Amino acid sequence: MSPVGAPGRLDVHIGQKSYRAASGGRLHVLGELSISLANGEVAALVGPSGCGKTTLLRIIVGLDRDFEGTVGLPKHGTLGVVFQEPRLLPWRTVEENVRLAAPEAGAEALDALFATLGLMEHRRHYPGELSLGLARRVALARAFAVEPELLVLDEPFVSLDAALAARLRAELLELTARRPVTTLLVTHDIEEALELADRVIVLSASPARVLADMPVARARGSFGGAELSALRDEIKRKANQG
Amino acid sequence: MNLALRAASVLLLLAAWYAGSHVLGERLLPEPQAVGLAIVEEARSGALAFNLGITLARVAVAFVIAMALGTAIGLAMGRVVAFDRVVDPWLVVLLNLPALVIIVLAYVWAGLTETAAIVAVALNKLPIATVTVREGARALDPMLDEMATVFRMGRWVRLRHIVLPQLAPYLAAAARSGLSLVWKIVLIVELLGRPNGVGFEIGVAFQLFDVTRILAYALAFIAVMLLIETFLVQPLERYVSRWRARPA
Repeated sequence: MSPVGAPGRLDVHIGQKSYRAASGGRLHVLGELSISLANGEVAALVGPSGCGKTTLLRIIVGLDRDFEGTVGLPKHGTLGVVFQEPRLLPWRTVEENVRLAAPEAGAEALDALFATLGLMEHRRHYPGELSLGLARRVALARAFAVEPELLVLDEPFVSLDAALAARLRAELLELTARRPVTTLLVTHDIEEALELADRVIVLSASPARVLADMPVARARGSFGGAELSALRDEIKRKANQG
Repeated sequence: MNLALRAASVLLLLAAWYAGSHVLGERLLPEPQAVGLAIVEEARSGALAFNLGITLARVAVAFVIAMALGTAIGLAMGRVVAFDRVVDPWLVVLLNLPALVIIVLAYVWAGLTETAAIVAVALNKLPIATVTVREGARALDPMLDEMATVFRMGRWVRLRHIVLPQLAPYLAAAARSGLSLVWKIVLIVELLGRPNGVGFEIGVAFQLFDVTRILAYALAFIAVMLLIETFLVQPLERYVSRWRARPA
Protein backbone atom coordinates (compact mmCIF):
# COMPACT_ATOMS: atom_id res chain seq x y z
CA MET A 1 0.00 0.00 0.00
CA SER A 2 3.02 2.32 0.07
CA PRO A 3 3.03 4.97 -2.65
CA VAL A 4 5.55 4.23 -5.39
CA GLY A 5 6.50 7.88 -5.51
CA ALA A 6 6.82 8.55 -9.21
CA PRO A 7 4.94 11.70 -10.19
CA GLY A 8 1.53 10.91 -11.62
CA ARG A 9 2.12 7.18 -11.89
CA LEU A 10 -0.45 4.64 -10.79
CA ASP A 11 0.36 0.97 -10.20
CA VAL A 12 -2.39 -1.35 -9.07
CA HIS A 13 -1.90 -5.05 -8.46
CA ILE A 14 -4.83 -6.95 -7.06
CA GLY A 15 -4.39 -10.53 -5.91
CA GLN A 16 -8.06 -10.92 -5.19
CA LYS A 17 -10.96 -9.25 -3.46
CA SER A 18 -13.97 -10.96 -1.97
CA TYR A 19 -16.88 -10.03 0.26
CA ARG A 20 -18.52 -12.09 2.93
CA ALA A 21 -21.91 -12.89 1.43
CA ALA A 22 -25.06 -12.50 3.49
CA SER A 23 -25.83 -16.18 2.97
CA GLY A 24 -22.40 -17.13 4.34
CA GLY A 25 -19.39 -18.00 2.19
CA ARG A 26 -17.36 -15.53 0.14
CA LEU A 27 -18.40 -13.57 -2.88
CA HIS A 28 -15.48 -13.29 -5.27
CA VAL A 29 -15.52 -9.80 -6.85
CA LEU A 30 -12.07 -9.19 -8.27
CA GLY A 31 -9.67 -11.76 -9.63
CA GLU A 32 -5.97 -11.23 -10.17
CA LEU A 33 -5.42 -8.06 -12.16
CA SER A 34 -2.85 -5.34 -12.72
CA ILE A 35 -3.30 -1.85 -14.08
CA SER A 36 -0.54 0.71 -14.52
CA LEU A 37 -0.96 4.25 -15.78
CA ALA A 38 1.86 6.54 -16.86
CA ASN A 39 1.87 10.20 -15.87
CA GLY A 40 -0.89 12.06 -17.69
CA GLU A 41 -2.41 8.96 -19.22
CA VAL A 42 -6.18 8.63 -19.40
CA ALA A 43 -7.55 5.09 -19.17
CA ALA A 44 -11.14 3.96 -19.38
CA LEU A 45 -12.34 0.86 -17.56
CA VAL A 46 -15.22 -0.84 -19.31
CA GLY A 47 -16.93 -4.05 -18.42
CA PRO A 48 -20.33 -5.61 -17.74
CA SER A 49 -22.33 -4.04 -14.95
CA GLY A 50 -21.69 -5.61 -11.57
CA CYS A 51 -18.22 -6.76 -12.61
CA GLY A 52 -16.49 -4.92 -9.77
CA LYS A 53 -15.44 -1.66 -11.44
CA THR A 54 -16.67 0.47 -8.57
CA THR A 55 -15.06 -1.92 -6.07
CA LEU A 56 -11.77 -1.54 -7.92
CA LEU A 57 -12.05 2.27 -7.78
CA ARG A 58 -12.85 2.18 -4.06
CA ILE A 59 -9.71 0.13 -3.48
CA ILE A 60 -7.61 2.53 -5.52
CA VAL A 61 -8.81 5.66 -3.70
CA GLY A 62 -8.34 3.98 -0.31
CA LEU A 63 -11.98 3.58 0.74
CA ASP A 64 -11.69 -0.21 0.82
CA ARG A 65 -8.57 -1.68 2.39
CA ASP A 66 -9.81 -5.23 2.76
CA PHE A 67 -8.17 -6.83 -0.29
CA GLU A 68 -5.08 -8.76 -1.32
CA GLY A 69 -2.62 -6.72 -3.35
CA THR A 70 -0.95 -3.34 -3.54
CA VAL A 71 -1.90 0.12 -4.75
CA GLY A 72 0.92 2.49 -5.69
CA LEU A 73 -0.47 6.01 -5.84
CA PRO A 74 1.38 8.98 -7.33
CA LYS A 75 3.97 10.76 -5.20
CA HIS A 76 1.76 12.87 -2.92
CA GLY A 77 -1.33 10.82 -3.45
CA THR A 78 -3.53 13.85 -4.11
CA LEU A 79 -6.81 12.49 -5.42
CA GLY A 80 -9.63 14.08 -7.32
CA VAL A 81 -12.65 11.82 -7.24
CA VAL A 82 -15.97 12.14 -9.04
CA PHE A 83 -18.43 9.63 -7.63
CA GLN A 84 -21.45 8.25 -9.44
CA GLU A 85 -23.60 10.60 -7.35
CA PRO A 86 -22.40 14.20 -7.06
CA ARG A 87 -22.03 13.84 -3.25
CA LEU A 88 -22.18 17.58 -2.56
CA LEU A 89 -22.92 19.07 0.85
CA PRO A 90 -26.50 20.36 0.51
CA TRP A 91 -25.97 22.95 3.28
CA ARG A 92 -23.00 24.63 1.60
CA THR A 93 -22.99 26.71 -1.56
CA VAL A 94 -21.41 25.54 -4.79
CA GLU A 95 -18.31 27.61 -4.12
CA GLU A 96 -18.04 26.47 -0.49
CA ASN A 97 -18.34 22.85 -1.60
CA VAL A 98 -15.36 23.29 -3.88
CA ARG A 99 -13.33 25.33 -1.41
CA LEU A 100 -13.81 22.86 1.44
CA ALA A 101 -12.21 20.14 -0.67
CA ALA A 102 -9.55 22.47 -2.03
CA PRO A 103 -8.74 25.06 0.66
CA GLU A 104 -5.48 25.96 -1.08
CA ALA A 105 -6.98 26.65 -4.50
CA GLY A 106 -6.32 30.18 -5.72
CA ALA A 107 -9.10 32.57 -6.72
CA GLU A 108 -7.92 32.71 -10.34
CA ALA A 109 -7.77 28.95 -10.69
CA LEU A 110 -11.28 28.62 -9.31
CA ASP A 111 -12.57 31.37 -11.60
CA ALA A 112 -11.15 29.55 -14.61
CA LEU A 113 -12.62 26.27 -13.45
CA PHE A 114 -16.08 27.72 -12.85
CA ALA A 115 -15.96 29.53 -16.18
CA THR A 116 -15.07 26.39 -18.13
CA LEU A 117 -17.82 24.40 -16.47
CA GLY A 118 -20.43 27.14 -16.84
CA LEU A 119 -20.85 27.50 -13.09
CA MET A 120 -20.10 31.22 -12.81
CA GLU A 121 -23.65 32.31 -11.99
CA HIS A 122 -24.22 29.34 -9.69
CA ARG A 123 -21.38 29.94 -7.24
CA ARG A 124 -23.71 31.10 -4.49
CA HIS A 125 -26.42 28.55 -5.14
CA TYR A 126 -27.05 25.58 -2.89
CA PRO A 127 -26.88 22.08 -4.44
CA GLY A 128 -30.64 21.64 -3.93
CA GLU A 129 -31.17 24.45 -6.41
CA LEU A 130 -29.14 22.76 -9.16
CA SER A 131 -30.09 20.32 -11.89
CA LEU A 132 -28.28 16.98 -11.98
CA GLY A 133 -26.11 18.20 -14.86
CA LEU A 134 -25.01 21.24 -12.87
CA ALA A 135 -24.44 19.19 -9.73
CA ARG A 136 -22.18 16.84 -11.70
CA ARG A 137 -20.27 19.86 -12.98
CA VAL A 138 -19.72 21.00 -9.40
CA ALA A 139 -18.41 17.53 -8.56
CA LEU A 140 -16.02 17.84 -11.53
CA ALA A 141 -14.95 21.32 -10.41
CA ARG A 142 -14.26 20.00 -6.91
CA ALA A 143 -12.13 17.16 -8.26
CA PHE A 144 -10.08 19.50 -10.47
CA ALA A 145 -9.76 22.23 -7.83
CA VAL A 146 -7.54 20.07 -5.63
CA GLU A 147 -5.07 19.85 -8.59
CA PRO A 148 -5.01 16.08 -8.27
CA GLU A 149 -2.19 13.80 -9.35
CA LEU A 150 -4.75 11.13 -9.99
CA LEU A 151 -8.27 11.79 -11.20
CA VAL A 152 -10.79 9.01 -10.64
CA LEU A 153 -14.21 9.20 -12.28
CA ASP A 154 -16.92 6.63 -11.63
CA GLU A 155 -19.50 6.89 -14.41
CA PRO A 156 -19.54 10.67 -14.06
CA PHE A 157 -22.06 11.28 -16.83
CA VAL A 158 -24.56 8.52 -16.15
CA SER A 159 -28.29 9.43 -16.24
CA LEU A 160 -27.74 12.64 -18.17
CA ASP A 161 -29.35 13.09 -21.58
CA ALA A 162 -27.06 12.46 -24.55
CA ALA A 163 -26.54 16.11 -25.52
CA LEU A 164 -25.73 17.17 -21.98
CA ALA A 165 -23.37 14.22 -21.48
CA ALA A 166 -21.58 15.19 -24.71
CA ARG A 167 -21.19 18.78 -23.50
CA LEU A 168 -19.78 17.61 -20.16
CA ARG A 169 -17.36 15.28 -21.94
CA ALA A 170 -16.15 18.22 -24.01
CA GLU A 171 -15.65 20.26 -20.84
CA LEU A 172 -13.76 17.42 -19.23
CA LEU A 173 -11.49 17.20 -22.30
CA GLU A 174 -10.87 20.91 -22.12
CA LEU A 175 -9.87 20.65 -18.46
CA THR A 176 -7.52 17.70 -19.01
CA ALA A 177 -6.00 19.45 -22.02
CA ARG A 178 -5.24 22.53 -19.93
CA ARG A 179 -3.79 20.56 -17.05
CA PRO A 180 -2.86 16.97 -17.92
CA VAL A 181 -3.61 14.55 -15.14
CA THR A 182 -3.42 10.78 -14.83
CA THR A 183 -7.04 9.68 -15.08
CA LEU A 184 -8.96 6.51 -14.48
CA LEU A 185 -12.51 6.59 -15.82
CA VAL A 186 -15.14 3.95 -15.27
CA THR A 187 -17.89 3.83 -17.85
CA HIS A 188 -20.26 1.33 -19.40
CA ASP A 189 -20.39 3.42 -22.57
CA ILE A 190 -17.75 2.35 -25.13
CA GLU A 191 -18.27 5.51 -27.17
CA GLU A 192 -17.53 7.57 -24.11
CA ALA A 193 -14.43 5.49 -23.39
CA LEU A 194 -13.15 5.97 -26.94
CA GLU A 195 -13.81 9.69 -26.91
CA LEU A 196 -12.08 10.42 -23.61
CA ALA A 197 -9.35 7.85 -23.13
CA ASP A 198 -5.90 7.02 -24.47
CA ARG A 199 -6.39 3.43 -23.41
CA VAL A 200 -9.41 1.21 -22.98
CA ILE A 201 -9.14 -1.55 -20.41
CA VAL A 202 -11.79 -4.22 -20.79
CA LEU A 203 -12.75 -6.14 -17.66
CA SER A 204 -14.48 -9.51 -17.55
CA ALA A 205 -17.60 -10.37 -15.63
CA SER A 206 -17.11 -10.89 -11.89
CA PRO A 207 -14.59 -11.92 -10.58
CA ALA A 208 -13.05 -9.25 -12.80
CA ARG A 209 -9.86 -9.83 -14.75
CA VAL A 210 -8.33 -7.69 -17.49
CA LEU A 211 -9.58 -9.10 -20.79
CA ALA A 212 -7.92 -6.56 -23.03
CA ASP A 213 -5.85 -3.40 -22.72
CA MET A 214 -6.00 -1.45 -25.96
CA PRO A 215 -4.47 1.87 -26.87
CA VAL A 216 -6.68 4.37 -28.68
CA ALA A 217 -4.34 5.62 -31.35
CA ARG A 218 -5.60 9.14 -31.96
CA ALA A 219 -5.80 12.43 -30.18
CA ARG A 220 -8.37 12.57 -27.40
CA GLY A 221 -11.73 13.88 -28.45
CA SER A 222 -11.23 13.47 -32.20
CA PHE A 223 -14.02 11.28 -33.37
CA GLY A 224 -14.71 9.12 -36.39
CA GLY A 225 -12.84 7.01 -38.91
CA ALA A 226 -13.04 3.40 -39.91
CA GLU A 227 -10.17 2.63 -37.55
CA LEU A 228 -12.18 3.78 -34.58
CA SER A 229 -15.24 1.73 -35.45
CA ALA A 230 -12.98 -1.30 -35.92
CA LEU A 231 -11.60 -0.68 -32.45
CA ARG A 232 -15.10 -0.35 -31.08
CA ASP A 233 -16.08 -3.68 -32.60
CA GLU A 234 -12.98 -5.32 -31.21
CA ILE A 235 -13.71 -4.05 -27.70
CA LYS A 236 -17.26 -5.32 -27.93
CA ARG A 237 -16.04 -8.69 -29.15
CA LYS A 238 -13.48 -8.95 -26.33
CA ALA A 239 -16.01 -7.87 -23.75
CA ASN A 240 -18.42 -10.55 -24.92
CA GLN A 241 -15.78 -13.25 -24.56
CA GLY A 242 -15.60 -12.53 -20.84
CA MET B 1 -55.94 34.05 9.56
CA ASN B 2 -53.26 32.30 11.59
CA LEU B 3 -52.82 35.33 13.77
CA ALA B 4 -56.58 35.60 14.31
CA LEU B 5 -56.78 31.97 15.38
CA ARG B 6 -53.90 32.46 17.76
CA ALA B 7 -55.51 35.57 19.29
CA ALA B 8 -58.80 33.72 19.62
CA SER B 9 -57.01 30.88 21.39
CA VAL B 10 -55.37 33.26 23.88
CA LEU B 11 -58.69 35.04 24.50
CA LEU B 12 -60.36 31.70 25.14
CA LEU B 13 -57.67 30.84 27.69
CA LEU B 14 -58.23 34.19 29.46
CA ALA B 15 -61.98 33.63 29.46
CA ALA B 16 -61.51 30.18 30.98
CA TRP B 17 -59.25 31.73 33.60
CA TYR B 18 -61.91 34.33 34.52
CA ALA B 19 -64.57 31.65 34.67
CA GLY B 20 -62.38 29.41 36.81
CA SER B 21 -61.60 32.26 39.14
CA HIS B 22 -65.31 32.97 39.47
CA VAL B 23 -66.09 29.34 40.33
CA LEU B 24 -63.12 28.62 42.61
CA GLY B 25 -62.88 32.00 44.26
CA GLU B 26 -60.09 34.61 44.51
CA ARG B 27 -58.07 32.59 46.99
CA LEU B 28 -57.66 29.46 44.88
CA LEU B 29 -57.47 31.15 41.47
CA PRO B 30 -57.02 34.93 41.45
CA GLU B 31 -58.22 36.87 38.41
CA PRO B 32 -55.72 37.67 35.63
CA GLN B 33 -55.48 41.38 36.53
CA ALA B 34 -54.55 40.52 40.13
CA VAL B 35 -51.72 38.35 38.84
CA GLY B 36 -50.70 41.13 36.46
CA LEU B 37 -50.58 43.58 39.34
CA ALA B 38 -48.46 41.18 41.39
CA ILE B 39 -45.99 40.93 38.47
CA VAL B 40 -45.76 44.74 38.32
CA GLU B 41 -45.19 44.94 42.08
CA GLU B 42 -42.45 42.31 42.06
CA ALA B 43 -40.86 44.05 39.09
CA ARG B 44 -40.88 47.44 40.93
CA SER B 45 -39.10 45.99 43.95
CA GLY B 46 -36.44 44.44 41.71
CA ALA B 47 -37.15 40.96 43.11
CA LEU B 48 -38.62 39.76 39.83
CA ALA B 49 -35.59 40.66 37.71
CA PHE B 50 -33.23 39.26 40.36
CA ASN B 51 -34.99 35.92 40.67
CA LEU B 52 -35.66 35.56 36.95
CA GLY B 53 -32.01 36.36 36.25
CA ILE B 54 -30.69 33.81 38.72
CA THR B 55 -33.01 31.08 37.47
CA LEU B 56 -32.22 31.90 33.86
CA ALA B 57 -28.48 31.72 34.59
CA ARG B 58 -28.91 28.26 36.14
CA VAL B 59 -31.00 27.16 33.17
CA ALA B 60 -28.35 28.43 30.75
CA VAL B 61 -25.37 26.80 32.49
CA ALA B 62 -27.09 23.43 33.02
CA PHE B 63 -28.46 23.48 29.47
CA VAL B 64 -25.08 24.22 27.89
CA ILE B 65 -23.32 21.53 29.93
CA ALA B 66 -25.97 18.92 29.17
CA MET B 67 -26.12 19.75 25.45
CA ALA B 68 -22.33 19.80 25.01
CA LEU B 69 -21.77 16.54 26.88
CA GLY B 70 -24.85 14.93 25.35
CA THR B 71 -23.73 15.86 21.83
CA ALA B 72 -20.21 14.53 22.36
CA ILE B 73 -21.34 11.28 24.01
CA GLY B 74 -24.26 10.75 21.60
CA LEU B 75 -22.00 11.30 18.60
CA ALA B 76 -19.44 8.83 19.92
CA MET B 77 -22.16 6.28 20.73
CA GLY B 78 -23.72 6.61 17.30
CA ARG B 79 -20.44 6.10 15.50
CA VAL B 80 -18.50 3.61 17.64
CA VAL B 81 -20.46 0.43 18.30
CA ALA B 82 -18.21 -0.76 21.14
CA PHE B 83 -18.59 2.55 22.98
CA ASP B 84 -22.35 2.33 22.51
CA ARG B 85 -22.39 -1.15 24.06
CA VAL B 86 -20.40 0.01 27.08
CA VAL B 87 -22.27 3.24 27.78
CA ASP B 88 -25.79 2.15 26.87
CA PRO B 89 -26.63 0.47 30.25
CA TRP B 90 -25.53 3.63 32.09
CA LEU B 91 -27.75 5.65 29.81
CA VAL B 92 -30.73 3.40 30.54
CA VAL B 93 -30.14 3.79 34.28
CA LEU B 94 -29.87 7.57 34.00
CA LEU B 95 -32.90 7.81 31.72
CA ASN B 96 -35.06 5.95 34.21
CA LEU B 97 -33.75 7.54 37.39
CA PRO B 98 -36.46 9.93 38.62
CA ALA B 99 -35.43 13.61 38.50
CA LEU B 100 -36.21 13.94 42.19
CA VAL B 101 -33.80 11.10 43.12
CA ILE B 102 -30.96 12.71 41.17
CA ILE B 103 -31.62 16.08 42.82
CA VAL B 104 -31.84 14.71 46.35
CA LEU B 105 -28.71 12.57 45.91
CA ALA B 106 -26.78 15.51 44.46
CA TYR B 107 -27.69 17.64 47.48
CA VAL B 108 -26.92 14.81 49.93
CA TRP B 109 -23.53 14.09 48.36
CA ALA B 110 -22.36 17.59 47.47
CA GLY B 111 -24.28 19.70 49.98
CA LEU B 112 -26.82 22.44 49.23
CA THR B 113 -24.45 24.14 46.80
CA GLU B 114 -24.75 25.83 43.44
CA THR B 115 -22.59 23.09 41.86
CA ALA B 116 -24.83 20.34 43.18
CA ALA B 117 -27.88 22.16 41.79
CA ILE B 118 -26.38 22.62 38.32
CA VAL B 119 -25.04 19.06 38.17
CA ALA B 120 -28.41 17.65 39.18
CA VAL B 121 -30.21 19.59 36.43
CA ALA B 122 -27.59 18.75 33.79
CA LEU B 123 -27.72 15.05 34.71
CA ASN B 124 -31.47 15.05 34.24
CA LYS B 125 -31.20 16.52 30.77
CA LEU B 126 -28.04 14.67 29.66
CA PRO B 127 -29.47 11.21 28.80
CA ILE B 128 -32.26 12.63 26.64
CA ALA B 129 -29.86 14.83 24.69
CA THR B 130 -27.50 11.86 24.30
CA VAL B 131 -30.20 9.54 22.97
CA THR B 132 -31.44 12.13 20.48
CA VAL B 133 -27.97 12.94 19.14
CA ARG B 134 -27.13 9.23 18.94
CA GLU B 135 -30.07 8.76 16.58
CA GLY B 136 -28.68 11.59 14.48
CA ALA B 137 -25.20 10.11 14.47
CA ARG B 138 -26.56 6.76 13.31
CA ALA B 139 -28.26 8.49 10.40
CA LEU B 140 -25.10 10.26 9.16
CA ASP B 141 -24.60 9.77 5.42
CA PRO B 142 -21.64 7.41 4.80
CA MET B 143 -21.35 8.72 1.23
CA LEU B 144 -20.41 12.19 2.45
CA ASP B 145 -17.98 10.59 4.87
CA GLU B 146 -16.25 8.84 1.96
CA MET B 147 -16.17 12.07 0.01
CA ALA B 148 -14.43 13.75 2.94
CA THR B 149 -11.96 10.87 3.18
CA VAL B 150 -10.85 10.94 -0.46
CA PHE B 151 -10.48 14.72 -0.38
CA ARG B 152 -8.45 14.46 2.83
CA MET B 153 -10.60 16.84 4.83
CA GLY B 154 -9.40 17.46 8.38
CA ARG B 155 -11.27 16.55 11.55
CA TRP B 156 -12.45 20.06 12.26
CA VAL B 157 -13.69 20.63 8.71
CA ARG B 158 -15.59 17.33 8.84
CA LEU B 159 -17.17 18.11 12.18
CA ARG B 160 -18.17 21.63 11.27
CA HIS B 161 -19.23 21.23 7.65
CA ILE B 162 -20.32 17.61 7.36
CA VAL B 163 -21.32 16.18 10.75
CA LEU B 164 -22.91 19.13 12.55
CA PRO B 165 -25.15 20.22 9.65
CA GLN B 166 -26.50 16.67 9.48
CA LEU B 167 -27.05 16.65 13.23
CA ALA B 168 -28.75 20.07 13.19
CA PRO B 169 -32.36 18.78 13.18
CA TYR B 170 -31.55 16.40 16.04
CA LEU B 171 -29.76 19.11 17.99
CA ALA B 172 -32.71 21.43 17.46
CA ALA B 173 -35.11 18.77 18.74
CA ALA B 174 -32.89 18.10 21.76
CA ALA B 175 -32.58 21.82 22.48
CA ARG B 176 -36.31 22.46 22.18
CA SER B 177 -37.39 19.68 24.51
CA GLY B 178 -34.33 20.30 26.66
CA LEU B 179 -34.97 23.96 27.34
CA SER B 180 -38.46 23.36 28.67
CA LEU B 181 -37.37 20.33 30.69
CA VAL B 182 -34.36 22.11 32.17
CA TRP B 183 -36.31 25.11 33.43
CA LYS B 184 -38.89 22.92 35.08
CA ILE B 185 -36.19 20.94 36.88
CA VAL B 186 -34.28 24.08 37.83
CA LEU B 187 -37.41 25.22 39.67
CA ILE B 188 -37.53 21.99 41.70
CA VAL B 189 -33.82 22.25 42.47
CA GLU B 190 -34.35 25.81 43.69
CA LEU B 191 -37.38 24.81 45.74
CA LEU B 192 -35.42 22.06 47.48
CA GLY B 193 -32.08 23.65 48.14
CA ARG B 194 -31.41 27.19 46.93
CA PRO B 195 -32.03 30.48 48.73
CA ASN B 196 -33.16 32.37 45.61
CA GLY B 197 -34.60 32.03 42.11
CA VAL B 198 -38.11 31.53 40.79
CA GLY B 199 -38.38 28.06 42.35
CA PHE B 200 -37.45 29.40 45.78
CA GLU B 201 -40.01 32.22 45.50
CA ILE B 202 -42.71 29.78 44.48
CA GLY B 203 -41.77 27.61 47.48
CA VAL B 204 -42.21 30.57 49.81
CA ALA B 205 -45.50 31.51 48.17
CA PHE B 206 -46.65 27.93 48.58
CA GLN B 207 -46.01 28.04 52.32
CA LEU B 208 -47.99 31.30 52.51
CA PHE B 209 -50.68 29.87 50.23
CA ASP B 210 -50.13 32.88 47.96
CA VAL B 211 -51.49 31.61 44.62
CA THR B 212 -51.25 35.09 43.06
CA ARG B 213 -47.50 35.17 43.54
CA ILE B 214 -47.07 31.59 42.29
CA LEU B 215 -48.89 32.48 39.07
CA ALA B 216 -47.04 35.79 38.77
CA TYR B 217 -43.63 34.10 38.79
CA ALA B 218 -44.76 31.24 36.57
CA LEU B 219 -46.21 33.61 33.95
CA ALA B 220 -43.20 35.92 34.07
CA PHE B 221 -40.88 32.99 33.44
CA ILE B 222 -43.05 31.62 30.63
CA ALA B 223 -42.85 35.06 29.03
CA VAL B 224 -39.06 34.96 29.27
CA MET B 225 -38.94 31.51 27.65
CA LEU B 226 -41.28 32.69 24.89
CA LEU B 227 -38.92 35.59 24.18
CA ILE B 228 -35.99 33.17 24.00
CA GLU B 229 -37.94 30.91 21.66
CA THR B 230 -38.94 33.80 19.37
CA PHE B 231 -35.72 35.77 19.29
CA LEU B 232 -33.07 33.08 19.75
CA VAL B 233 -34.24 29.57 18.89
CA GLN B 234 -36.38 30.34 15.84
CA PRO B 235 -33.94 32.72 14.10
CA LEU B 236 -31.16 30.19 14.74
CA GLU B 237 -33.25 27.44 13.21
CA ARG B 238 -34.02 29.59 10.19
CA TYR B 239 -30.31 30.32 9.74
CA VAL B 240 -29.27 26.68 10.06
CA SER B 241 -31.86 25.52 7.52
CA ARG B 242 -31.33 28.42 5.09
CA TRP B 243 -30.12 26.00 2.40
CA ARG B 244 -33.47 24.22 2.31
CA ALA B 245 -34.74 26.74 -0.24
CA ARG B 246 -37.17 25.75 -2.94
CA PRO B 247 -35.44 24.37 -6.06
CA ALA B 248 -34.94 26.96 -8.78
